Amino acid sequence: MDNQQFRVCPDTGLKFFRSAEALMKANAVAAVVFLLVGGIYGLGVGLTRWPAVHLLQADQFYLALTAHGINVLLFWCIFFEIAVLYFCSSVLLGCRLAAPKVAWAGFALMLIGALMNNYVVLQGNASVMFTSYAPMEAPPLFYLSLILFAVGALFGCFVFFGTLVIAKNEKTYEGSVPLVTFGAITAAIIAVFTIVSGAIILIPTLAWSVGLISHIDSLMYRLVWWAFGHSSQQINIAAQIAVWYAIASIVFGAKPMSEKVSRMAFLLYILFLQLASAHHLLVDPGVSSEFKMFNTSYAMYLAVMASMIHGLTVPGSIEAAQRAHGFNSGFFEWLRKAPWGNPTFSGMFISLIGFGFLGGITGVVMGAEQINIIVHNTLYVPGHFHATVVLGTTLAFMAFTYWLVPILFRRELIMKGLASWQPYLFGLGMSGVALFMMGAGTLGVPRRHYDISFSGTGGIVHEFPAAANTLMALNGLSVLLAVIGGASFCIIIVGSLLFGKKLGENEKCSVSMITAPPAEEAYEGIGKGPITVPGTLVLAMIFFVSFAVYYFINWKYLAETWGIG
Amino acid sequence: MTSLSPPANKLWWNEPIEKTELLWISLVFVWGLVMTFMMPFWHITGDQNLSTETYRTTPEAFLAKAQKMVDKYTVRKDGPRQTPVVKPPAGSDVYLVARLWDWWPSLELQKGQSYRFHLSSMDWQHGFSLQPANINIQVLPDYEHVVQFTPNKTGEYSVICNEYCGIGHHLMIGKIYVVD
Repeated sequence: MDNQQFRVCPDTGLKFFRSAEALMKANAVAAVVFLLVGGIYGLGVGLTRWPAVHLLQADQFYLALTAHGINVLLFWCIFFEIAVLYFCSSVLLGCRLAAPKVAWAGFALMLIGALMNNYVVLQGNASVMFTSYAPMEAPPLFYLSLILFAVGALFGCFVFFGTLVIAKNEKTYEGSVPLVTFGAITAAIIAVFTIVSGAIILIPTLAWSVGLISHIDSLMYRLVWWAFGHSSQQINIAAQIAVWYAIASIVFGAKPMSEKVSRMAFLLYILFLQLASAHHLLVDPGVSSEFKMFNTSYAMYLAVMASMIHGLTVPGSIEAAQRAHGFNSGFFEWLRKAPWGNPTFSGMFISLIGFGFLGGITGVVMGAEQINIIVHNTLYVPGHFHATVVLGTTLAFMAFTYWLVPILFRRELIMKGLASWQPYLFGLGMSGVALFMMGAGTLGVPRRHYDISFSGTGGIVHEFPAAANTLMALNGLSVLLAVIGGASFCIIIVGSLLFGKKLGENEKCSVSMITAPPAEEAYEGIGKGPITVPGTLVLAMIFFVSFAVYYFINWKYLAETWGIG
Repeated sequence: MTSLSPPANKLWWNEPIEKTELLWISLVFVWGLVMTFMMPFWHITGDQNLSTETYRTTPEAFLAKAQKMVDKYTVRKDGPRQTPVVKPPAGSDVYLVARLWDWWPSLELQKGQSYRFHLSSMDWQHGFSLQPANINIQVLPDYEHVVQFTPNKTGEYSVICNEYCGIGHHLMIGKIYVVD
């Protein structure tokens, strides 16, 4: 093979093919730009929902909320995920990228779709939220922009699958694909399902908005839309967990506790997670209880089990590696002596804890058929998903980006001091956002609502408990902190790409960018007795008890309200 | 070999599972069964189970039924919009109209009595959110959802909208009074 086609990374030994490298850079940069745009809109939303500030006018608020959701949930996440897919195929398997031209066409479609969507929403008559629930109608270009973006992402998935085939045929690796690649395959399979669902709902909606179809049924829209809307969050989970495993290996040289368990858990996602529209319809008319109960749990909550497995095996693999590196005393020496100043690690670990404790537990609790009655469409829901998508996915992707700057972009990171603080700022701010919104939601505060003081109704008001206003103010402060953290990230990354010291083709980066795995013998006799990862087990038990207690508290809350039959 | 490289052992599926993992998987699996069981269990023992009784309707047909109820049982007018306050007999059918941007009419209910609420939208999707009871139900156009409510406390309740329904979404509010 021609040497001009790839370079070998001096720090990691990974092979970067030119064709894939430029595409990963383009997708990652686009992702960060849309994160910045979406974050600015988010600041507007947060400051408006702070009762004492109430920054925007109503029309601006609903516009900002629409743009915030679409820019971060779709554009930031999916651009970054396409970069992750190319990394997990081309780079990890040491293989050229299949059909780079198709990949570029996909990138162009995504970019056109994303720009068009922002343009349409900014016009002011497409403030229909991320969900655009029919029969509320947006201009045709709104739906078209999302379709273009989705088709572009589908191109990216096909290029990923094609690259896997090439790697297999050209025998660039032996045996099975790496676990991280396996996670990326999971994400890509779910992505295809997601995009097909999106097409099934958005294409008729586009036809309806131009007058070709006379009626879109609201319930049908919700059912199919959520097969797209929720599944796109499952892409995030699969990609984010692949990134967790990758960072555990990069920072600690960790290996999976057992390949079988981790891969089975990814497989469970494909089998049991993707038909997730039902839990958005738990208080809808026309949907049977059997359908709701079965689809929210698949009778055994197997997808939840998968997440809880990853939640154990990722820190477990870190603990085992740390113990093998010699940090074997007590329960938590391995964790205390972890590199907390390295944003790649701290970002990943805060993502893990925040996703599990704040996002995971609350998601399962409110997904119980009857508990959903006291949660549906309150601020609890955005509180929950800011813990999953922002604290979980976004922070994991940020952590990974710090590592990619020198490795992929060949630039040294600037402002390293700020970078080492950034995950804490963002993590703390976003934890506050999640917690305070969930708290306000428990008090009944609605989501997507401009004015909970009802000042424009001519005197028909509802007074929420005073604590609700306090929680909304605390939420506003947390938004500020999170925005400082998010802006720091964008400044550091964009600044590094523009002004960071260029690294020569064979120049090693100044710090150790990848940790050598401990020798197999070093794993002998670690931990306490038969338990190799006692610290992780303790953390898992704390998690389990929190989960169970919180779960039953919510049944108690439910029991206190009116009889509902 | 790390998660970034192919498994060292090509026959990785034959490797034993770590004890910690086995313990955790068993615990989590049982927990999943417990949570699955809780939902049908609550259907049998709990007082809060949302009915799924639903009929196809049209805005005109639904509004006509609501108007009939208003004509029959209105006891007074209420608030700046002079909304009729309807006091339907205990156990009867109560029609609540969701539309841009109000809940119509206002209602007066008796504590401890049950009512068959009919919910439907005249236009877009809305969110029935009864505060401070914090009961939240999606309301769709063309679907008539029949839900039985039994108020357990007296007082003034608000029905706010928690499904975004356009520029007046935050103005959409209605009242339910529960008396002894």
